[in-house]
Amino acid sequence: MQAETKTELSPGLLEFIRQWKDKPGNLIMVLHRVQQEYRYVPRDVAFQVAALLEVPLAKIYGVITFYHLFKLKQPGRHVIAVCMGTACYLKGGEDLIRELETLIGAGVNTVSPDGEFSVEVVRCLGCCGLAPVLTIDGEVFGNLTKAQLPDVLAKYQGKQLAAATA
Amino acid sequence: MTKLNREGLAQLREQARAGWQQRWHGKQAQIIIGMGTCGIAAGARKAWDAFADELKKNNLTEVRIEQTGCMGLCYSEPTVEVRVPDMPPIIYGKVDAEVARRIVRKHIVGKLLINDHIYDRPALDAFGKQG
Amino acid sequence: MAFKHYVMVCGGEGCESKHALAVHDALLKEVREQGVENEVQVLKTGGFGFCGDCPAVQVLPDQTLYVGVQPGDAAAIVTQHLKQGRPVARLVFDAAKNAKMFPADVPVGHQKQLRIVLRNCGVIDPEKIGDYLARDGYAALEKALFKMKPEDVIEELKKAGLRGRGGGGYPTWQKWLFTKKVASEQKYIICNADEGDPGAYMDRSTLEGDPHSILEAMTIAGYTVGASQGYIYIRAEYPLAISRLNLAIAQARELGLLGKGILGSGFDFDIELRLGAGAFVCGEETALITSIEGNRGMPSPRPPYPAVRGLWEKPTVINNVETWAAIPVILLKGGEWFGKIGTATSKGTKVFALTGKVNNCGLIEVPMGITLREIIYEIGGGMLKGKAFKAVQTGGPSGGVITQDYLDMPIDYEALAQLGSIMGSGGMIVMDEDDCMVDVSKFYLDFTVDESCGKCAPCRIGGRTLYNLVDKISKGKGSLNDIEQIRDIGLAMRKASLCGLGQTAPNPAISTLKYFEAEYLAHINDKKCPAGKCRDLLTFFILPEKCIGCTLCARRCPVNCIAGERRAVHTIDAAKCIKCGECYQVCKFGAVERT
Repeated sequence: MQAETKTELSPGLLEFIRQWKDKPGNLIMVLHRVQQEYRYVPRDVAFQVAALLEVPLAKIYGVITFYHLFKLKQPGRHVIAVCMGTACYLKGGEDLIRELETLIGAGVNTVSPDGEFSVEVVRCLGCCGLAPVLTIDGEVFGNLTKAQLPDVLAKYQGKQLAAATA
Repeated sequence: MTKLNREGLAQLREQARAGWQQRWHGKQAQIIIGMGTCGIAAGARKAWDAFADELKKNNLTEVRIEQTGCMGLCYSEPTVEVRVPDMPPIIYGKVDAEVARRIVRKHIVGKLLINDHIYDRPALDAFGKQG
Repeated sequence: MAFKHYVMVCGGEGCESKHALAVHDALLKEVREQGVENEVQVLKTGGFGFCGDCPAVQVLPDQTLYVGVQPGDAAAIVTQHLKQGRPVARLVFDAAKNAKMFPADVPVGHQKQLRIVLRNCGVIDPEKIGDYLARDGYAALEKALFKMKPEDVIEELKKAGLRGRGGGGYPTWQKWLFTKKVASEQKYIICNADEGDPGAYMDRSTLEGDPHSILEAMTIAGYTVGASQGYIYIRAEYPLAISRLNLAIAQARELGLLGKGILGSGFDFDIELRLGAGAFVCGEETALITSIEGNRGMPSPRPPYPAVRGLWEKPTVINNVETWAAIPVILLKGGEWFGKIGTATSKGTKVFALTGKVNNCGLIEVPMGITLREIIYEIGGGMLKGKAFKAVQTGGPSGGVITQDYLDMPIDYEALAQLGSIMGSGGMIVMDEDDCMVDVSKFYLDFTVDESCGKCAPCRIGGRTLYNLVDKISKGKGSLNDIEQIRDIGLAMRKASLCGLGQTAPNPAISTLKYFEAEYLAHINDKKCPAGKCRDLLTFFILPEKCIGCTLCARRCPVNCIAGERRAVHTIDAAKCIKCGECYQVCKFGAVERT
């Protein structure tokens, strides 16, 4: 098996992998670091991580698919995470998701046709006092109503991606 | 820094206590902003900037702005405690930039409290003498 | 010049009371008439609670709290209290009944909260180790290392009666003793900060507000059981808590409060962070351990318990954030002190994240044995928008609902279990008349189905089947037989699932069925959702006598199923209606009805 195109890993990432290589249970920490850089785990990067850490690719795939935060596909330029903790659910989190579908044409776990936004559901951001809440690229918007969504989105539409959401 | 032994810890603690005493009961006013995730999400950083700017405009450079964790009053974030010598310590909630500026002008300069934004202290402090 | 007195009248945004305003105006008038307006400032506050005894008036700086004040009382307050310095005794809030819940050396006010775990949250700067030291930080560690033998530490915890705050309620001293007794060269200490329960953020706030307390307590545990390495397993969704913990660890290492030969003793201990990645099941201790080891976080059968064989097969003490945060106080104040707070079986305080349809959402810490009524109506300031209370949900996806009838029951581990709920980690979600219990049960089942790791069949298949049944009922397609099936499958899952997630997953459904069976029956027999939440059972129509033909609903309807000329009665085409409720919300004339 050979990966198609080879992405060159950054020195920072390589250094991180070197530091963690001999620590037991390092895989999840390394995958977090990979996602910090690429926002998902690209296939050929997974190949390289497998070789560097000397773990089977199947194990990496297993771990990625088990945990919600690890992604195999590239997300939209801006990631919208709608909180669906209990407080947000009761106060209208679902309405926000439905409204987003109409506004940007992307439902949960999909990317909008223009590649601008992707929508995810998160299980409680712990801002229950501000319910309902969503985050865009990590910035939190609380006490939201459907009517406010177009303005919130407009802040991001067409903007260059700020720092990756860590 | 060298590693502490017991004497070192005792010394450091004394210094820390003195500094704390100075900050909490000294001659300078202090603004303490709740900077937990909720507070920040509700706009605590904007309040911080407004406080800093308004203090500067009023030439109150000696007033300290400090951060703390969550005070627990999630419904009234951003929450801020204002301690002015010879005035009772006050907890303000829903402090946006505009309220922050009013706090500086009216409370810290004018020694008057601000309507509609005062909240109850959620609990008395069982582990310190300040309060 | 600062004023002599500040008189603060309760009355927040959510406050419906005209009364508070009248009292405010009466006080203001009285202050002017008695000529003390240059000494006294009268204010409206953002809200105090005490809605049952409205309005409350607080006088600063002496912190006198008056409750149930009438406009006619203004004269007495101004004359007696503000001018002569004698508070009006008949109106002063009686703090004596609160005092019973608190230890003798703790200051008692009108507040019902006692902050032990949250003692430093909202007080110190969490990024300054000096602030923590100034408030006796690391004094418990010093005491343990130099004045106590490991057995003494365990004895103190035993006297304190501290039980695991993650939800299980297992006595902490026993866990520690098991690990201590096992002979092993390497042992581990873990802090479970994988707070996955939707609607709960106690641990996040504690870590963000007082990170050193966790480090100190874990180090004490290391000394007690003979471990030299600790791990904090924390959700990746909590970036601020992670950065503050990293900073605290660096500060502690620099001062030698972590590392080799701590404080000149012969004891070594260090702590490392490990991040979760969004899997709820990893809050379960065996799954958490598997995840730290770098694997898919699947639980494994117990015994062996982690206390005996845990991380990398070594004996491991694993406690939750809130449990850790209480430990330094227990060592400093003594187990007996802590043990005096609470009920016969549940000692100390509990932190709750009070959320949902309540006025004052917030993070609260209360003595065990407090009642839900005190929490919701006093601390929480009552129901949002004055709606009717329906239930409180505790324990998240593993818990259940508690109804009106039990609002006055003192809460502790046993009492909640008896009602079919659990203490859980501390999420407390208040629900009102608009919340449908079938929908709530569906929400939690959707969560547990999504989070089930799939290892054991009862959880994997049972959970999905339960969800399908409840979903069917919520769409008006259920039958009475479905209710029986929910109970049967629920029982099987409880008995046969591998870990806590599966064993408790049926709880929300079983508990809502127990207390709100009539609501399920309404969905099944009458095809109605009494709370108006389940969309498939709703119909929207326009009342001709109220509609003035403003066209607002028609313009807002996303599927254009509302017809009607300007200034003529509109109609909704039920066949095309998607029941989004937009028209119901926007109509200013109450002309849209929903049944």
